[in-house]
Amino acid sequence: MKIEVTVNGVEHSAEVEPRLLLVHFLRDSLELTGTHIGCDTTSCGACTVLLDGTPIKSCTFLAVQANGRAIKTVEGLIRNGSLHPIQQGFKEEHGLQCGFCTPAMMLVSAALLEENPQPSEEEIRWAISGNICRCTGYVNIVKAVQWAAANGQSERAQT
Amino acid sequence: MLGERGEDAKILSGGQSLIPLLKLRFASPAVVVDINRIAGLDTLAEEDGGLRIGALVRTKTCELSELLRDRYPILSQAAAQISDPIIRNLGTVCGSVAHADPQGDWGSALMAAGAEAVARGPGGERTLPLSDFFQGPFTTTLEPTEVVTEIRVPGPGERSGGAYLKLERRVGDFATAAVGVQVSFEAGKIARAGIGLTGVGATNLRATEAEQALVGAELDEEAIQGAAELAAQAADPQSDTRGSAEYKRHVVRVFTERALRASAGKANG
Repeated sequence: MKIEVTVNGVEHSAEVEPRLLLVHFLRDSLELTGTHIGCDTTSCGACTVLLDGTPIKSCTFLAVQANGRAIKTVEGLIRNGSLHPIQQGFKEEHGLQCGFCTPAMMLVSAALLEENPQPSEEEIRWAISGNICRCTGYVNIVKAVQWAAANGQSERAQT
Repeated sequence: MLGERGEDAKILSGGQSLIPLLKLRFASPAVVVDINRIAGLDTLAEEDGGLRIGALVRTKTCELSELLRDRYPILSQAAAQISDPIIRNLGTVCGSVAHADPQGDWGSALMAAGAEAVARGPGGERTLPLSDFFQGPFTTTLEPTEVVTEIRVPGPGERSGGAYLKLERRVGDFATAAVGVQVSFEAGKIARAGIGLTGVGATNLRATEAEQALVGAELDEEAIQGAAELAAQAADPQSDTRGSAEYKRHVVRVFTERALRASAGKANG
């Protein structure tokens, strides 16, 4: 089937098998390997991307369902060559260790901050509760989101 | 398409149950029919005193709905505890009901609320009360050629209360056990009671005897404990990694008590 999908602001037109999962389209066809495959059973959230701004698990979404929609992956967070506040936050607060869950964590956090620029700790933990991290114990991830909330205003305003 | 293909075609709405099944090869339909682009299936509103939940209403929409929070707290609370926030962004209420996983939360919560499913097929439309909709694990009274287009929930009346309590090991897990309770009062007495149980049987269960014991009674401590005991008896749990059968039955008893107590305050105001 032919699909047209906007990924990180770039329009792509592709012929795909109906059964192709979005995550494989992103990684294999578009070579955007920042989106990770963790469990492949809809449990871990590592493959999370934004569908028209909303977090979804790209291992549980067919590429053909994305026809006519806009996808954002971790590669799309960077703006004009500088890090998105959430990326900066993860760097400043050591919000990652092995990094496997990080692209998804940053995307759900960025989506949270779009809706709720000053979330409480509880709201942050709620928002990332569909994403599993096996390294950090989540403390520094929460701090990273808080850093982005505290320091991201000016950068968000520019975009 | 369903008429042509029958069992060999599956409806895709949220996809959060169907796509995992496809990946595990538990389901291998020749055709998947995506209904996401059909207009008019995303209604979540009260009409003629009852609630309509269209086939494309997402669980997240229910979680955030002020209408549900104010008028149907059992549904609002169930929504917020289903799977995880990312799944809720796509998963639908009607899809969960049609999928009929005995561990699904929507079936029990909606059964307690007295809901019925509207099914449409080549022969027209019919309504199916959820109380006898679930025939077995992943098995319902739906025909292969029918689609659930809507769930209808009767209005709760002026004085009503409800709650959905769920024990889960962690976010995203299925219920160890969960209980949904909906009660409506008239003149201080219980006019209607609904109790749905999740994860403690081969289907979502309705604790019918407990409901019958409550109707006509005042919701005092004696009535609460009596109904909780009957609900625990109605449960038919299996021991597994989430807990022993005895433990799950105990959780049903305690959660029924708590959910009824949470509703008791609504009897007179």
